[in-house]
Amino acid sequence: MRRLLTLHALLVYLFLYLPILVIVALSFNQSRRGVRFTGFTLDWYRALFQDPRVLDYFLNTLLVAFVSTLVATVLGTLLAVGLVRYRFPGKGFLSYLLYIPVVVPDVVMGVSLLLLFALAREVLGFPRLSLFTVILGHITFQVAFVTLVVRSRLLLLDPALEEAARDLGARGWQTFWHVTLPLAWPGVAAGALLALTLSLDDFVVTFFTAGPGATTLPLYIYSSVKLGVSPKVHALSTLIIGLSAFFLALGYALTRRRV
Amino acid sequence: MASFLTRGPYGELTGPWGFHNYAKLPHPVYLEAFAQSLLVGVLATLISALLGYPLAFYIARHPQRDLLLFLLLLPFLTNFLIRVYAWLVLLQREGLVNALLGAFGLGPLVLYPSFFAVLLATVYTFLPFFVLPVYASVERLDWQLLEAAYDLGAKPVKAFLHAVLPQTYPGLFAGSVLVFIPAMGTFVVADLLGAGRVVLIGNLIQQQFGITRDWAFGAALGVFLMGFVLLSLYLYARLQGERGLKDLV
Repeated sequence: MRRLLTLHALLVYLFLYLPILVIVALSFNQSRRGVRFTGFTLDWYRALFQDPRVLDYFLNTLLVAFVSTLVATVLGTLLAVGLVRYRFPGKGFLSYLLYIPVVVPDVVMGVSLLLLFALAREVLGFPRLSLFTVILGHITFQVAFVTLVVRSRLLLLDPALEEAARDLGARGWQTFWHVTLPLAWPGVAAGALLALTLSLDDFVVTFFTAGPGATTLPLYIYSSVKLGVSPKVHALSTLIIGLSAFFLALGYALTRRRV
Repeated sequence: MASFLTRGPYGELTGPWGFHNYAKLPHPVYLEAFAQSLLVGVLATLISALLGYPLAFYIARHPQRDLLLFLLLLPFLTNFLIRVYAWLVLLQREGLVNALLGAFGLGPLVLYPSFFAVLLATVYTFLPFFVLPVYASVERLDWQLLEAAYDLGAKPVKAFLHAVLPQTYPGLFAGSVLVFIPAMGTFVVADLLGAGRVVLIGNLIQQQFGITRDWAFGAALGVFLMGFVLLSLYLYARLQGERGLKDLV
Protein backbone atom coordinates (compact mmCIF):
# COMPACT_ATOMS: atom_id res chain seq x y z
CA MET A 1 0.00 0.00 0.00
CA ARG A 2 2.72 2.39 1.06
CA ARG A 3 4.73 1.54 -2.06
CA LEU A 4 1.72 2.01 -4.33
CA LEU A 5 1.08 5.45 -2.85
CA THR A 6 4.71 6.42 -3.40
CA LEU A 7 4.63 5.25 -7.00
CA HIS A 8 1.40 7.15 -7.55
CA ALA A 9 2.88 10.32 -6.06
CA LEU A 10 5.98 10.00 -8.22
CA LEU A 11 3.87 9.65 -11.37
CA VAL A 12 1.72 12.66 -10.49
CA TYR A 13 4.81 14.79 -9.87
CA LEU A 14 6.21 13.60 -13.20
CA PHE A 15 2.93 14.63 -14.82
CA LEU A 16 3.27 18.05 -13.18
CA TYR A 17 6.88 18.67 -14.18
CA LEU A 18 7.23 17.00 -17.59
CA PRO A 19 5.65 19.86 -19.60
CA ILE A 20 7.79 22.44 -17.85
CA LEU A 21 11.00 20.50 -18.39
CA VAL A 22 10.19 20.11 -22.08
CA ILE A 23 9.70 23.88 -22.49
CA VAL A 24 12.99 24.61 -20.70
CA ALA A 25 14.87 22.06 -22.84
CA LEU A 26 13.38 23.38 -26.07
CA SER A 27 14.41 26.95 -25.27
CA PHE A 28 18.05 25.84 -25.61
CA ASN A 29 17.42 23.75 -28.72
CA GLN A 30 18.83 24.80 -32.10
CA SER A 31 16.07 23.18 -34.11
CA ARG A 32 13.02 25.38 -34.72
CA ARG A 33 10.49 22.55 -34.79
CA GLY A 34 10.01 19.15 -33.21
CA VAL A 35 11.52 17.70 -30.09
CA ARG A 36 14.79 16.35 -31.51
CA PHE A 37 17.59 18.05 -29.65
CA THR A 38 19.97 19.19 -32.37
CA GLY A 39 22.38 21.24 -30.29
CA PHE A 40 22.68 23.82 -27.53
CA THR A 41 22.03 27.45 -28.35
CA LEU A 42 21.24 30.75 -26.68
CA ASP A 43 19.99 32.29 -29.94
CA TRP A 44 16.34 32.41 -28.83
CA TYR A 45 17.28 34.34 -25.70
CA ARG A 46 19.33 36.76 -27.80
CA ALA A 47 16.39 37.24 -30.19
CA LEU A 48 14.09 37.79 -27.23
CA PHE A 49 16.26 40.48 -25.65
CA GLN A 50 16.76 42.22 -28.98
CA ASP A 51 13.00 42.57 -29.41
CA PRO A 52 12.16 46.01 -27.95
CA ARG A 53 8.44 45.19 -27.82
CA VAL A 54 9.00 42.44 -25.27
CA LEU A 55 10.52 44.92 -22.82
CA ASP A 56 7.49 47.17 -23.31
CA TYR A 57 5.10 44.30 -22.60
CA PHE A 58 7.11 43.37 -19.53
CA LEU A 59 6.94 46.93 -18.18
CA ASN A 60 3.19 47.08 -18.92
CA THR A 61 2.68 43.84 -16.97
CA LEU A 62 4.63 45.17 -13.98
CA LEU A 63 2.85 48.53 -14.03
CA VAL A 64 -0.59 46.90 -14.08
CA ALA A 65 0.37 44.44 -11.35
CA PHE A 66 1.84 46.99 -8.94
CA VAL A 67 -0.76 49.74 -9.32
CA SER A 68 -3.73 47.35 -9.15
CA THR A 69 -2.27 45.45 -6.18
CA LEU A 70 -1.65 48.67 -4.26
CA VAL A 71 -5.18 49.99 -4.79
CA ALA A 72 -6.83 46.60 -4.22
CA THR A 73 -4.87 46.04 -0.98
CA VAL A 74 -5.90 49.41 0.48
CA LEU A 75 -9.56 49.01 -0.55
CA GLY A 76 -9.72 45.35 0.47
CA THR A 77 -8.17 45.97 3.89
CA LEU A 78 -10.56 48.83 4.65
CA LEU A 79 -13.52 46.75 3.49
CA ALA A 80 -12.41 43.84 5.67
CA VAL A 81 -12.09 46.10 8.74
CA GLY A 82 -15.54 47.53 8.03
CA LEU A 83 -17.07 44.09 7.67
CA VAL A 84 -15.49 42.71 10.83
CA ARG A 85 -15.73 45.68 13.21
CA TYR A 86 -18.99 47.40 12.35
CA ARG A 87 -22.62 46.42 12.08
CA PHE A 88 -24.74 47.85 9.29
CA PRO A 89 -27.79 46.79 7.31
CA GLY A 90 -27.02 44.47 4.39
CA LYS A 91 -23.76 43.29 5.92
CA GLY A 92 -24.53 39.58 5.49
CA PHE A 93 -25.54 40.13 1.88
CA LEU A 94 -22.35 42.10 1.23
CA SER A 95 -20.24 39.27 2.70
CA TYR A 96 -21.85 36.79 0.31
CA LEU A 97 -21.26 39.13 -2.63
CA LEU A 98 -17.52 38.87 -1.87
CA TYR A 99 -17.48 35.26 -3.02
CA ILE A 100 -18.93 36.05 -6.42
CA PRO A 101 -15.80 37.48 -8.08
CA VAL A 102 -13.85 34.56 -6.57
CA VAL A 103 -16.02 31.84 -8.09
CA VAL A 104 -17.35 33.42 -11.27
CA PRO A 105 -15.63 32.10 -14.40
CA ASP A 106 -13.12 34.68 -15.59
CA VAL A 107 -14.70 34.86 -19.06
CA VAL A 108 -17.88 36.18 -17.47
CA MET A 109 -15.83 38.63 -15.41
CA GLY A 110 -13.97 39.80 -18.51
CA VAL A 111 -17.02 40.37 -20.69
CA SER A 112 -18.95 42.02 -17.85
CA LEU A 113 -16.15 44.54 -17.45
CA LEU A 114 -16.00 45.06 -21.21
CA LEU A 115 -19.74 45.81 -21.30
CA LEU A 116 -19.47 48.09 -18.29
CA PHE A 117 -16.65 50.08 -19.87
CA ALA A 118 -18.55 50.28 -23.17
CA LEU A 119 -21.62 51.54 -21.35
CA ALA A 120 -19.59 54.06 -19.37
CA ARG A 121 -18.02 55.32 -22.56
CA GLU A 122 -21.41 55.85 -24.13
CA VAL A 123 -22.76 57.74 -21.14
CA LEU A 124 -19.68 59.50 -19.76
CA GLY A 125 -17.39 59.58 -22.78
CA PHE A 126 -14.65 57.64 -21.01
CA PRO A 127 -12.72 55.38 -20.35
CA ARG A 128 -11.18 54.20 -23.60
CA LEU A 129 -9.88 50.63 -23.44
CA SER A 130 -6.25 51.01 -22.35
CA LEU A 131 -3.86 50.06 -19.58
CA PHE A 132 -6.13 52.09 -17.30
CA THR A 133 -9.13 49.82 -17.95
CA VAL A 134 -6.92 46.75 -17.47
CA ILE A 135 -5.87 48.10 -14.06
CA LEU A 136 -9.51 48.79 -13.11
CA GLY A 137 -10.43 45.25 -14.19
CA HIS A 138 -7.69 43.66 -12.13
CA ILE A 139 -8.62 45.72 -9.05
CA THR A 140 -12.19 44.46 -9.34
CA PHE A 141 -11.32 40.83 -8.81
CA GLN A 142 -8.33 41.45 -6.53
CA VAL A 143 -10.40 43.39 -3.96
CA ALA A 144 -12.52 40.33 -3.20
CA PHE A 145 -9.48 38.11 -2.61
CA VAL A 146 -7.68 40.69 -0.43
CA THR A 147 -10.82 41.30 1.64
CA LEU A 148 -11.36 37.59 2.29
CA VAL A 149 -7.74 37.02 3.35
CA VAL A 150 -7.56 40.10 5.58
CA ARG A 151 -10.97 39.36 7.09
CA SER A 152 -9.96 35.85 8.13
CA ARG A 153 -6.92 37.36 9.87
CA LEU A 154 -8.98 40.05 11.62
CA LEU A 155 -11.44 37.46 12.91
CA LEU A 156 -8.55 35.77 14.75
CA LEU A 157 -7.61 38.96 16.61
CA ASP A 158 -8.70 39.66 20.15
CA PRO A 159 -11.10 42.66 20.12
CA ALA A 160 -9.95 43.42 23.68
CA LEU A 161 -6.71 44.83 22.27
CA GLU A 162 -8.60 47.52 20.36
CA GLU A 163 -10.82 48.21 23.34
CA ALA A 164 -7.71 48.64 25.48
CA ALA A 165 -6.34 51.18 22.99
CA ARG A 166 -9.62 53.09 23.09
CA ASP A 167 -9.69 52.97 26.90
CA LEU A 168 -6.21 54.47 26.90
CA GLY A 169 -7.59 57.40 24.93
CA ALA A 170 -6.70 56.52 21.33
CA ARG A 171 -8.99 57.91 18.65
CA GLY A 172 -10.55 55.68 16.00
CA TRP A 173 -7.89 56.51 13.45
CA GLN A 174 -5.05 56.08 15.97
CA THR A 175 -6.41 52.71 17.07
CA PHE A 176 -6.56 51.56 13.48
CA TRP A 177 -3.07 52.79 12.64
CA HIS A 178 -1.21 51.68 15.79
CA VAL A 179 -3.15 48.58 16.86
CA THR A 180 -5.40 47.04 14.21
CA LEU A 181 -3.16 47.45 11.19
CA PRO A 182 0.08 46.08 12.74
CA LEU A 183 -1.84 43.07 14.09
CA ALA A 184 -3.53 42.44 10.76
CA TRP A 185 -0.29 42.91 8.86
CA PRO A 186 0.43 39.24 8.01
CA GLY A 187 -3.06 39.01 6.47
CA VAL A 188 -2.58 42.24 4.53
CA ALA A 189 0.78 41.04 3.20
CA ALA A 190 -0.60 37.64 2.24
CA GLY A 191 -3.57 39.29 0.51
CA ALA A 192 -1.30 41.67 -1.40
CA LEU A 193 0.95 38.80 -2.49
CA LEU A 194 -2.06 36.83 -3.71
CA ALA A 195 -3.37 39.89 -5.59
CA LEU A 196 0.03 40.45 -7.19
CA THR A 197 0.26 36.83 -8.35
CA LEU A 198 -3.27 36.92 -9.74
CA SER A 199 -2.55 40.09 -11.68
CA LEU A 200 0.76 38.89 -13.10
CA ASP A 201 -0.86 35.63 -14.22
CA ASP A 202 -4.12 37.05 -15.52
CA PHE A 203 -4.85 36.61 -19.17
CA VAL A 204 -8.62 36.46 -19.55
CA VAL A 205 -9.68 39.72 -17.88
CA THR A 206 -6.76 41.53 -19.56
CA PHE A 207 -7.76 40.04 -22.91
CA PHE A 208 -11.20 41.62 -22.75
CA THR A 209 -10.29 44.94 -21.14
CA ALA A 210 -7.06 45.83 -22.96
CA GLY A 211 -7.10 48.32 -25.79
CA PRO A 212 -4.46 49.07 -28.42
CA GLY A 213 -1.02 49.66 -26.92
CA ALA A 214 -1.93 47.87 -23.69
CA THR A 215 -0.28 44.53 -24.44
CA THR A 216 0.97 42.60 -21.43
CA LEU A 217 3.20 39.51 -21.43
CA PRO A 218 0.32 37.00 -21.17
CA LEU A 219 -1.38 38.66 -24.16
CA TYR A 220 1.88 38.48 -26.10
CA ILE A 221 2.33 34.80 -25.28
CA TYR A 222 -1.24 34.07 -26.33
CA SER A 223 -0.91 35.80 -29.68
CA SER A 224 2.46 34.14 -30.43
CA VAL A 225 1.01 30.73 -29.60
CA LYS A 226 -2.00 31.43 -31.82
CA LEU A 227 0.17 32.59 -34.71
CA GLY A 228 2.46 29.58 -34.55
CA VAL A 229 5.17 28.17 -32.38
CA SER A 230 8.20 30.41 -31.99
CA PRO A 231 11.19 29.29 -29.94
CA LYS A 232 11.33 32.82 -28.54
CA VAL A 233 8.21 31.90 -26.55
CA HIS A 234 10.10 28.94 -25.07
CA ALA A 235 12.87 31.28 -23.96
CA LEU A 236 10.41 33.77 -22.48
CA SER A 237 8.52 30.98 -20.71
CA THR A 238 11.74 29.59 -19.26
CA LEU A 239 12.63 33.01 -17.88
CA ILE A 240 9.17 33.40 -16.33
CA ILE A 241 9.30 29.88 -14.85
CA GLY A 242 12.76 30.62 -13.42
CA LEU A 243 11.65 33.92 -11.89
CA SER A 244 8.50 32.48 -10.30
CA ALA A 245 10.49 29.53 -8.95
CA PHE A 246 13.02 31.95 -7.48
CA PHE A 247 10.41 34.11 -5.73
CA LEU A 248 8.44 31.13 -4.50
CA ALA A 249 11.60 29.52 -3.11
CA LEU A 250 12.50 32.83 -1.46
CA GLY A 251 9.08 33.04 0.16
CA TYR A 252 9.35 29.41 1.23
CA ALA A 253 12.79 29.97 2.79
CA LEU A 254 11.58 33.11 4.61
CA THR A 255 8.54 31.42 6.13
CA ARG A 256 10.64 28.42 7.19
CA ARG A 257 13.14 30.62 8.99
CA ARG A 258 10.38 32.27 11.01
CA VAL A 259 9.03 28.92 12.20
CA MET B 1 -18.41 47.83 -5.91
CA ALA B 2 -17.58 44.29 -6.95
CA SER B 3 -21.25 43.38 -7.07
CA PHE B 4 -22.36 45.66 -9.86
CA LEU B 5 -19.34 44.86 -11.96
CA THR B 6 -19.86 41.15 -11.96
CA ARG B 7 -23.58 41.12 -12.40
CA GLY B 8 -24.24 40.48 -16.07
CA PRO B 9 -26.25 43.13 -17.97
CA TYR B 10 -29.56 41.78 -19.22
CA GLY B 11 -30.69 44.16 -21.93
CA GLU B 12 -29.65 44.73 -25.47
CA LEU B 13 -27.10 47.38 -26.24
CA THR B 14 -29.37 48.94 -28.86
CA GLY B 15 -32.80 48.13 -30.18
CA PRO B 16 -35.74 46.54 -28.42
CA TRP B 17 -35.46 45.05 -24.97
CA GLY B 18 -36.58 41.54 -24.28
CA PHE B 19 -35.72 37.95 -23.72
CA HIS B 20 -35.06 37.08 -27.36
CA ASN B 21 -31.38 36.41 -26.59
CA TYR B 22 -32.37 33.84 -24.03
CA ALA B 23 -34.80 32.28 -26.49
CA LYS B 24 -31.79 31.45 -28.69
CA LEU B 25 -30.12 29.42 -25.93
CA PRO B 26 -31.84 26.04 -26.54
CA HIS B 27 -30.40 25.85 -30.09
CA PRO B 28 -28.55 22.51 -30.72
CA VAL B 29 -25.18 24.24 -31.26
CA TYR B 30 -25.35 25.92 -27.87
CA LEU B 31 -26.75 22.85 -26.17
CA GLU B 32 -23.82 20.86 -27.49
CA ALA B 33 -21.35 23.43 -26.18
CA PHE B 34 -23.07 23.27 -22.83
CA ALA B 35 -22.96 19.45 -22.84
CA GLN B 36 -19.26 19.52 -23.71
CA SER B 37 -18.55 22.02 -20.92
CA LEU B 38 -20.38 19.79 -18.48
CA LEU B 39 -18.46 16.76 -19.73
CA VAL B 40 -15.10 18.54 -19.37
CA GLY B 41 -16.12 19.71 -15.89
CA VAL B 42 -17.26 16.30 -14.68
CA LEU B 43 -14.41 14.29 -16.22
CA ALA B 44 -11.76 16.77 -15.08
CA THR B 45 -13.17 16.56 -11.55
CA LEU B 46 -13.17 12.75 -11.59
CA ILE B 47 -9.63 12.48 -12.95
CA SER B 48 -8.42 15.10 -10.46
CA ALA B 49 -9.97 13.00 -7.70
CA LEU B 50 -8.22 9.85 -8.91
CA LEU B 51 -4.88 11.62 -9.12
CA GLY B 52 -5.27 14.04 -6.24
CA TYR B 53 -6.93 12.05 -3.48
CA PRO B 54 -4.14 9.49 -2.94
CA LEU B 55 -1.55 12.22 -3.46
CA ALA B 56 -3.06 14.30 -0.64
CA PHE B 57 -2.66 11.30 1.70
CA TYR B 58 0.90 10.74 0.57
CA ILE B 59 1.85 14.39 1.15
CA ALA B 60 0.08 14.64 4.52
CA ARG B 61 1.88 11.56 5.89
CA HIS B 62 5.30 12.39 4.47
CA PRO B 63 8.00 13.81 6.80
CA GLN B 64 8.95 16.39 4.13
CA ARG B 65 5.40 17.54 3.47
CA ASP B 66 6.23 21.26 3.32
CA LEU B 67 8.67 20.57 0.51
CA LEU B 68 6.17 18.36 -1.33
CA LEU B 69 3.48 21.06 -1.07
CA PHE B 70 5.98 23.57 -2.38
CA LEU B 71 6.75 21.31 -5.34
CA LEU B 72 3.03 20.91 -5.99
CA LEU B 73 2.51 24.68 -6.12
CA LEU B 74 5.58 25.54 -8.14
CA PRO B 75 4.26 24.57 -11.59
CA PHE B 76 0.95 26.07 -10.57
CA LEU B 77 2.46 29.52 -10.07
CA THR B 78 4.10 29.67 -13.46
CA ASN B 79 1.97 31.42 -16.02
CA PHE B 80 -1.27 29.65 -16.86
CA LEU B 81 -0.81 30.15 -20.62
CA ILE B 82 2.66 28.64 -20.54
CA ARG B 83 1.35 25.53 -18.83
CA VAL B 84 -1.36 25.11 -21.45
CA TYR B 85 1.11 25.83 -24.23
CA ALA B 86 3.50 23.19 -22.88
CA TRP B 87 0.85 20.54 -23.55
CA LEU B 88 0.48 21.83 -27.08
CA VAL B 89 4.21 21.25 -27.53
CA LEU B 90 4.02 17.76 -26.00
CA LEU B 91 0.97 16.61 -27.94
CA GLN B 92 1.61 18.05 -31.37
CA ARG B 93 2.40 15.79 -34.32
CA GLU B 94 6.18 16.06 -33.86
CA GLY B 95 5.80 16.23 -30.07
CA LEU B 96 7.33 14.13 -27.34
CA VAL B 97 4.30 11.90 -26.80
CA ASN B 98 4.17 10.90 -30.46
CA ALA B 99 7.95 10.44 -30.50
CA LEU B 100 7.63 8.01 -27.58
CA LEU B 101 4.77 6.17 -29.27
CA GLY B 102 6.87 6.01 -32.42
CA ALA B 103 9.66 4.32 -30.48
CA PHE B 104 7.22 1.50 -29.75
CA GLY B 105 6.15 1.40 -33.40
CA LEU B 106 2.86 3.15 -32.69
CA GLY B 107 1.27 6.29 -34.00
CA PRO B 108 1.61 9.03 -34.83
CA LEU B 109 -1.75 9.83 -33.28
CA VAL B 110 -3.58 13.10 -33.79
CA LEU B 111 -3.55 14.12 -30.14
CA TYR B 112 -3.85 17.80 -30.87
CA PRO B 113 -6.29 19.38 -31.45
CA SER B 114 -8.66 17.09 -29.61
CA PHE B 115 -11.06 16.72 -26.70
CA PHE B 116 -8.46 14.54 -25.00
CA ALA B 117 -5.87 17.33 -25.13
CA VAL B 118 -8.34 19.82 -23.65
CA LEU B 119 -9.25 17.45 -20.84
CA LEU B 120 -5.62 16.61 -20.05
CA ALA B 121 -4.54 20.24 -19.85
CA THR B 122 -7.62 21.15 -17.81
CA VAL B 123 -6.74 18.50 -15.23
CA TYR B 124 -3.13 19.66 -15.29
CA THR B 125 -4.15 23.26 -14.67
CA PHE B 126 -6.58 22.72 -11.82
CA LEU B 127 -5.17 19.66 -10.02
CA PRO B 128 -3.68 21.63 -7.09
CA PHE B 129 -7.14 23.09 -6.41
CA PHE B 130 -8.24 19.55 -5.66
CA VAL B 131 -5.22 18.40 -3.69
CA LEU B 132 -5.05 21.35 -1.27
CA PRO B 133 -8.53 21.08 0.33
CA VAL B 134 -8.25 17.28 0.56
CA TYR B 135 -4.82 17.70 2.14
CA ALA B 136 -6.35 20.06 4.71
CA SER B 137 -8.95 17.41 5.63
CA VAL B 138 -6.37 14.64 5.81
CA GLU B 139 -4.24 16.75 8.12
CA ARG B 140 -7.18 17.14 10.52
CA LEU B 141 -8.01 13.44 10.29
CA ASP B 142 -8.56 11.50 13.48
CA TRP B 143 -6.58 8.30 12.93
CA GLN B 144 -7.84 6.81 16.18
CA LEU B 145 -11.13 6.09 14.39
CA LEU B 146 -9.23 3.89 11.94
CA GLU B 147 -7.55 2.01 14.77
CA ALA B 148 -10.92 1.59 16.46
CA ALA B 149 -12.33 0.16 13.22
CA TYR B 150 -9.46 -2.33 13.05
CA ASP B 151 -9.92 -3.25 16.70
CA LEU B 152 -13.56 -4.00 15.95
CA GLY B 153 -12.41 -6.43 13.27
CA ALA B 154 -13.02 -4.38 10.10
CA LYS B 155 -11.08 -5.31 6.96
CA PRO B 156 -8.87 -2.55 5.48
CA VAL B 157 -11.31 -1.57 2.69
CA LYS B 158 -14.25 -1.42 5.03
CA ALA B 159 -12.24 0.43 7.66
CA PHE B 160 -11.24 3.03 5.07
CA LEU B 161 -14.79 3.46 3.77
CA HIS B 162 -16.29 3.96 7.21
CA ALA B 163 -13.52 5.52 9.30
CA VAL B 164 -11.41 7.56 6.88
CA LEU B 165 -13.45 8.48 3.81
CA PRO B 166 -16.30 10.27 5.64
CA GLN B 167 -13.76 12.44 7.45
CA THR B 168 -12.43 13.69 4.11
CA TYR B 169 -15.83 14.57 2.62
CA PRO B 170 -15.43 18.31 3.29
CA GLY B 171 -12.12 18.32 1.39
CA LEU B 172 -13.52 16.17 -1.40
CA PHE B 173 -16.53 18.43 -1.89
CA ALA B 174 -14.48 21.62 -1.74
CA GLY B 175 -11.91 20.21 -4.18
CA SER B 176 -14.61 19.06 -6.59
CA VAL B 177 -16.25 22.49 -6.65
CA LEU B 178 -12.89 24.20 -7.08
CA VAL B 179 -12.05 22.04 -10.10
CA PHE B 180 -15.52 21.76 -11.63
CA ILE B 181 -16.31 25.47 -11.77
CA PRO B 182 -13.15 26.74 -13.46
CA ALA B 183 -12.95 23.65 -15.70
CA MET B 184 -16.44 24.40 -17.00
CA GLY B 185 -15.89 28.10 -17.37
CA THR B 186 -12.51 28.26 -19.05
CA PHE B 187 -12.14 29.14 -22.69
CA VAL B 188 -8.36 29.41 -23.04
CA VAL B 189 -7.61 25.68 -22.79
CA ALA B 190 -10.25 24.74 -25.36
CA ASP B 191 -9.17 27.64 -27.53
CA LEU B 192 -5.51 26.60 -27.67
CA LEU B 193 -5.74 22.81 -27.47
CA GLY B 194 -9.13 22.26 -29.08
CA ALA B 195 -8.33 24.70 -31.89
CA GLY B 196 -11.94 25.02 -32.99
CA ARG B 197 -12.85 21.37 -32.57
CA VAL B 198 -13.81 21.66 -28.95
CA VAL B 199 -16.25 24.50 -28.32
CA LEU B 200 -17.24 25.17 -24.71
CA ILE B 201 -19.57 27.85 -23.37
CA GLY B 202 -16.56 30.01 -22.63
CA ASN B 203 -15.52 29.84 -26.28
CA LEU B 204 -19.03 30.78 -27.40
CA ILE B 205 -18.96 33.80 -25.12
CA GLN B 206 -15.58 34.83 -26.43
CA GLN B 207 -16.79 34.47 -30.03
CA GLN B 208 -19.80 36.69 -29.38
CA PHE B 209 -17.50 39.37 -28.05
CA GLY B 210 -14.83 38.81 -30.67
CA ILE B 211 -15.62 37.73 -34.20
CA THR B 212 -19.43 37.72 -34.11
CA ARG B 213 -19.81 40.96 -32.16
CA ASP B 214 -23.21 40.01 -30.80
CA TRP B 215 -22.55 41.42 -27.36
CA ALA B 216 -26.12 41.09 -26.20
CA PHE B 217 -26.23 37.37 -26.93
CA GLY B 218 -22.76 36.93 -25.44
CA ALA B 219 -24.01 38.58 -22.28
CA ALA B 220 -27.00 36.22 -22.22
CA LEU B 221 -24.62 33.25 -22.45
CA GLY B 222 -22.53 34.76 -19.67
CA VAL B 223 -25.54 35.19 -17.41
CA PHE B 224 -26.53 31.60 -18.15
CA LEU B 225 -23.06 30.28 -17.27
CA MET B 226 -22.95 32.37 -14.13
CA GLY B 227 -26.41 31.16 -13.13
CA PHE B 228 -25.24 27.60 -13.52
CA VAL B 229 -22.12 28.24 -11.43
CA LEU B 230 -24.12 29.94 -8.68
CA LEU B 231 -26.58 27.06 -8.70
CA SER B 232 -23.83 24.47 -8.22
CA LEU B 233 -22.34 26.65 -5.52
CA TYR B 234 -25.74 26.92 -3.82
CA LEU B 235 -26.08 23.12 -3.86
CA TYR B 236 -22.60 22.88 -2.36
CA ALA B 237 -23.50 25.38 0.36
CA ARG B 238 -26.65 23.38 1.15
CA LEU B 239 -24.52 20.25 1.55
CA GLN B 240 -21.72 21.82 3.54
CA GLY B 241 -23.37 24.68 5.38
CA GLU B 242 -22.09 28.22 5.46
CA ARG B 243 -18.73 27.08 6.78
CA GLY B 244 -18.17 25.30 3.48
CA LEU B 245 -18.07 28.59 1.61
CA LYS B 246 -15.33 29.87 3.90
CA ASP B 247 -13.38 26.67 3.44
CA LEU B 248 -13.30 27.29 -0.29
CA VAL B 249 -11.11 30.34 0.00
